[in-house]
Amino acid sequence: MRDRRRRAGVPALAAALLLCGCATATPPPTAGAASDGPPALDDALVVLAAASLTEVVTQAADQLEAAHPGLTVRTSFAGSSALAGQVVAGAPVDVLVTASRATMTRATDVVGGEPVVVATNRLQLAVPAGNPGGVTSVADLADPDLTVALCAPEVPCGDVTADVLQLAGVVAAPDTLEQDVRAVLTRLVLDEADAGLVYRTDVRAAAGAVEGVDLPAHAQGTTDYPALVLPEAPHPRAAAAFVALLQGDAGRQALTDAGFGVP
Amino acid sequence: MRSPTARTAPPTRTPLATGWGTRVLVVLAAGGVAVLVLPLVALLAATPWRDLPALVADPAVLQALRLSLLTAGSATLVALVLGVPLAWLLARDDLRGAWLLRALVTVPLVLPPVVGGVALLLLLGRRGLLGSSLDAWFGLTVPFTSVAVVLAQVFVALPFLVLSVEGALRGADRRRALVAQTLGASPAYVLRRVTLPAVAPGVAAGAALCFTRALGEFGATVTFAGSFPGTTRTMPLAVYLAMDSAPEQAVAMSVLLLGLSVAVLVVMRGRWVGGLPGARPPRSGQDAR
Repeated sequence: MRDRRRRAGVPALAAALLLCGCATATPPPTAGAASDGPPALDDALVVLAAASLTEVVTQAADQLEAAHPGLTVRTSFAGSSALAGQVVAGAPVDVLVTASRATMTRATDVVGGEPVVVATNRLQLAVPAGNPGGVTSVADLADPDLTVALCAPEVPCGDVTADVLQLAGVVAAPDTLEQDVRAVLTRLVLDEADAGLVYRTDVRAAAGAVEGVDLPAHAQGTTDYPALVLPEAPHPRAAAAFVALLQGDAGRQALTDAGFGVP
Repeated sequence: MRSPTARTAPPTRTPLATGWGTRVLVVLAAGGVAVLVLPLVALLAATPWRDLPALVADPAVLQALRLSLLTAGSATLVALVLGVPLAWLLARDDLRGAWLLRALVTVPLVLPPVVGGVALLLLLGRRGLLGSSLDAWFGLTVPFTSVAVVLAQVFVALPFLVLSVEGALRGADRRRALVAQTLGASPAYVLRRVTLPAVAPGVAAGAALCFTRALGEFGATVTFAGSFPGTTRTMPLAVYLAMDSAPEQAVAMSVLLLGLSVAVLVVMRGRWVGGLPGARPPRSGQDAR
């Protein structure tokens, strides 16, 4: 699963490496203490990111490390709520990227700061490979004879799911309401459910084990991924460089390759 | 396990010696108590006691509670029907390979419950070892049903019952069973009319432990059965979900679950002391050997 996603990002990674390599090679190494020009980043950066960003953020971290020898980027991936909880609890973190504005607000309400949206994601109707349930449209989610897995309304992906169902005018008949979007994906990958709503990036990540069906134009469900440089970040310059990397051409390319939208 | 002296002479309390070694041991033991009790203290401290009735009376909570009691009760019944004979088999001295059987019974105790859920899914899921046939022949699918919840609970809770009952059977006086057998009673009759009444406290205690473990089952349930209100979302699943949206409700449900489990254990243990490992024997049990 991960390998295929990674493969998609390799050209972007190579391009970024070249760019960054040139940029840092410009100042002559004999300059000694970098009094003029950009100061070197030789710290340890801590990035917490939503689990769906695992591949993209790992790439970005590798790029930044390659561009700044001496810099170590430590990444941690989990559900956005858990990550926001860690930040609120005072974990020494530089960058936080969540999968929804609401969870980001939970963090910024306590620690402050101005998040910027670096990516967007969109729900897709997903079915197991070969579509054993014969699902063709979002209306099939109302079929009680099909086994349907959705996100619980209490979690962020369930929020978006509710929007889509409402816009599509469908009253779904789910058999299970999972705790997170990857759990819905697993039901589909294992062929235990006939249909579900997951993010486009999840369909991409499942690499052939599930098939995606685009939702009708009037019933799109989207979510934003805000990134925050924490006001109290122990390494603010490296943190800013990291977010800039995600917003830059290479970052946008990697995000697009993984199936995300970019603002 | 049971020393003969403890049976004949009731232990007299002697004050602890006051040496350094004793102090270190007491401090470490207090640390052990703290690890077990402090998290529960934090839970009780965070409980919104004033709003507790309203939070608990929420229809979603009552629904999860009803499902939990129903499935854990069913799981306990299934465990009794299957587990008592299994314990009887394990307690026999003439059983070859009992060590292997006992190891197998113990596996779910040490296995992460989520692994149990994965295993159940691979057995009974729509594409599972047995599940594919069930689906093809009878149109039956087990995941996402209350039956799946009960199965997950039986898988994790059965060993508690089996090991408790086996312990009770081993501690019981076997001479009466032998006498009944010599008088011509069948093994099933002896088990039903002689042995089981004698070890009833052990069976009850094992059932209580089994019930409370089933009540708390999370990993296997969420993996195998899914989570849908009314059919598969038991209290632990509801607690986990509520942590994302209504933490206060999660705390209230946790307190309810904690109170329920403690109540069952206290009542059962107070009434039928024994059977559980570590409890004092109800009466002087002697081996027939």
